[in-house]
Amino acid sequence: MIEVRNVTKTYGSTRVLDDVSLTIVPGGVTSIIGANGAGKSTLLSIIGRLLPADSGRVTVDGLDVTTTPGATLAKRLAVLRQENHTSIRLSVRELVAFGRFPHSRGRLTAADLATVDEAIAYFELEEFADRQLDQLSGGQRQRAHVAAVLCQDTDYVLLDEPLNNLDMRHSVQMMRRLRRMARDFAKTVVLVVHDINFASCHSDEVIAMRDGGVVAQGPTAELMTPELLSTVFDLDIAVHDIDGNRIGVYYS
Amino acid sequence: MSPSTGRRWEVRERHLALAVLLLVPAAFASLFVGAGELSPLDLLRADSGAALLLLESRLPRLLAILLAGTAMSVAGLVMMHITRNRFVSPSTAGTTESAVLGVFVATAFLGAESVMVKMVVALGFALLGTLFFLWVLRRLTFADVIVVPLVGIMLGGVITAVTTFFAYRADLLQSLSAWTNGDFSSVLRGRYELLWLTAAVTVGCYLYANRFTVAGVGRDFAVNLGVHYDRVVNLGLFLVSATTAAVVVTVGNIPFIGLVVPNLVTLLLGDNLRRVLPVTALAGAAFVLACDVVGRVVRHPYEIPVETVAGVVGSVVFLLLVLRVRRVAG
Amino acid sequence: MSRVTSAETFARVRRRENRVLALLALAAVATVVAFCLIALRGNWEYALTIRARKVAAMVVVGCAVAVSSVLFQTVTNNRVLTPGIMGFDSLFVLVQTLVVYFFGALALSSADPRLMFAGQVVAMVVFAGALYRWLFDRRSRDLYVLVLAGVVCGTLFSSLSSLAARLINPNDFVVLQDTLFANFNSVDRNLLAVSAALVAVVSLWMVRLFPRLDVLALGREHALNLGVDHRSVVNQVLVAVAVLVSVATALVGPITFLGLLVANLARQFAGVSRHRVVVPASALLAVVALVGGQLVLERVFALDTALSVIINFVGGIYFIALLIREAKR
Repeated sequence: MIEVRNVTKTYGSTRVLDDVSLTIVPGGVTSIIGANGAGKSTLLSIIGRLLPADSGRVTVDGLDVTTTPGATLAKRLAVLRQENHTSIRLSVRELVAFGRFPHSRGRLTAADLATVDEAIAYFELEEFADRQLDQLSGGQRQRAHVAAVLCQDTDYVLLDEPLNNLDMRHSVQMMRRLRRMARDFAKTVVLVVHDINFASCHSDEVIAMRDGGVVAQGPTAELMTPELLSTVFDLDIAVHDIDGNRIGVYYS
Repeated sequence: MSPSTGRRWEVRERHLALAVLLLVPAAFASLFVGAGELSPLDLLRADSGAALLLLESRLPRLLAILLAGTAMSVAGLVMMHITRNRFVSPSTAGTTESAVLGVFVATAFLGAESVMVKMVVALGFALLGTLFFLWVLRRLTFADVIVVPLVGIMLGGVITAVTTFFAYRADLLQSLSAWTNGDFSSVLRGRYELLWLTAAVTVGCYLYANRFTVAGVGRDFAVNLGVHYDRVVNLGLFLVSATTAAVVVTVGNIPFIGLVVPNLVTLLLGDNLRRVLPVTALAGAAFVLACDVVGRVVRHPYEIPVETVAGVVGSVVFLLLVLRVRRVAG
Repeated sequence: MSRVTSAETFARVRRRENRVLALLALAAVATVVAFCLIALRGNWEYALTIRARKVAAMVVVGCAVAVSSVLFQTVTNNRVLTPGIMGFDSLFVLVQTLVVYFFGALALSSADPRLMFAGQVVAMVVFAGALYRWLFDRRSRDLYVLVLAGVVCGTLFSSLSSLAARLINPNDFVVLQDTLFANFNSVDRNLLAVSAALVAVVSLWMVRLFPRLDVLALGREHALNLGVDHRSVVNQVLVAVAVLVSVATALVGPITFLGLLVANLARQFAGVSRHRVVVPASALLAVVALVGGQLVLERVFALDTALSVIINFVGGIYFIALLIREAKR
């Protein structure tokens, strides 16, 4: 269980997160939605202990993320940010293998290597597994990074904009895989998603944010309403039922 | 002229007046600081020894300081405009180091005695070094405000390595530092007059100021206004190299003056070359004077060369300027 | 397409890495042997002792410079920056000068040299740590600002040293100059033994950090995600770098560009960034460069100690090329 209690974060004079409290129960996919600057990425980074909060507390299965040793936490929680620039030359396989670091501490066992192969196969990366990251397209690189996070094999997986740079087909596949991962391996996946319809079609729960606070949290179907979406995005959004999914339409 | 520019002119004049007001008493006072005892009263007593000291050593020294400080900071200002980069100056473009190499070659290999020969050779080297730097710059697709001086400093290091190597081979390492370390203590009457050349160069810079400004905006802009871009840039480089060579030949290297002074002045008064040039000139003179007086006072009766004092002050200011770059840019 | 397993791939990569290291080791041994034996005349036993000591000094310095440079590049995530370019060696000279300034040359010559050295290293660690925090803790700053700031820091340290040198009394200055302008020909034997031991201990300590350093090289956030305590690793590396730079500078004085050259050449040559490979590779390259360079200078050009000048010449050009290439990306 992820528990966020009274978390506040300010950059200079702007308050990015204002006394946020929420609970994410284990299992399933949770999507955080909201307009630019709502504080989604900051919240995810604080939960993933990449950023310190100014005040408040975040615990994962009762472990405080700021005080628990990094090595312990890295076996329970994996986090991937939007920008994943690495300055060193690395092949996809090497990057994915780094996901095993919390378990292997640098000495890869046969079991670790098997997990690496599985993760590469799961994300269909075999074809360019031995190419350098800087020779790949943005989408391929994105998939490699997600594969590394999967390889880390943690109960909680936090992803900031995992669909970044992916084309339609790969976006759909990515969401399906994340969903299957959550179901098959009983993982808790928390995503920041821009496209409300991907959030709607693939997540069990949605957290809607605006101006550094949580507006609503609940089962996807309940939150995908024109009223709530207009409040969150400041935009008229019609919601239709299409093939059993609730789809927001806001293009015209 | 619009009212706002009018007010700016006033600001400039007030600054100028203030600078002159500060500089004149300081300059006068500096005449009486040094290893030999000399006080204003001695002069009234018509003591011939005091007069000799004043005319042969102190006055030439003061003039050399004022001329070198003025010239180097104006040269830095011009260079900053030509390269459109505020961290490019003779000390960060290989110009000074090339001039030093020139002085070494002239003295050690050509056996030059006369100051003029040294000057010409140093000027030639300074020009070549600076042109080479500009050639390297054109290879840089990413001519960033920071990368450019970094390349210049490294180029200077490479040139210095060449100088050191030959000096080492010729067993002249110690003489090399005597010839080229910035130090006013050896300035006497008859040994600094070359520096008057830099006064002419400074006037030339002032007359050409507007053209440098136009060229500084960019080639297209300059061509559009009917300014011969290449000719202006080359003239600027020549003036800068001549100044650097003259200063290096007569008093040696005074690091960072051409960088620190123009930066601080333009930070306060904006970028219009013609407007800031006189202030820069005065500020440069004051800066070098201050460094020299500090060097004379701190460890009286020994002297600390101006190069050392200016090196410390200059690198501190440079460091602070560098660290504020991206903060300003966001 | 046939499926390649990671086990096979990594085994192949490892074999290649070992080959590269073996090749470099061979080159290093060959250079050392050549240096000791070529043109050995007269009282060869005596000459051999002299040469062996010189080689030992070069090996110790080469290892110290190479290891400290690679580690520093990793913790700063910056391939253009090394302790030499940041002026850490000038910092050491400054510390030494300040010691003379405050305590007089008598202290320098009469105090237990090991104690003196320990004190200087502690001062180095403190200064270097403070400098690192000041420059690097604000992550918004970009690479080039840091490099230029580092270079200017280096200039500042050497200007400050020459200022302090001018302020101390002339007799003390002579003593100081003797200790500062040491070179490979005049290395003290006791100092050499202590230095070798120090470099070995620090290097072994760093070997234990290699896996974590590999992760750190991915960037701060990746390292945090993978459970590496970024701060602790950086602190340990900074201490190690301070010690290594002090040792190298105390032995032979500053060689600004050696670290940059060997660290980057090793990365290029080995084709990977794993520390297990890059660190030993750059140490071996440093030995080849120093011993080989000295060999060529002494035996071909009959010059004695201008090696650091040549390294600065080549290194400076390499640095400019590196800047131009990095800036193009």
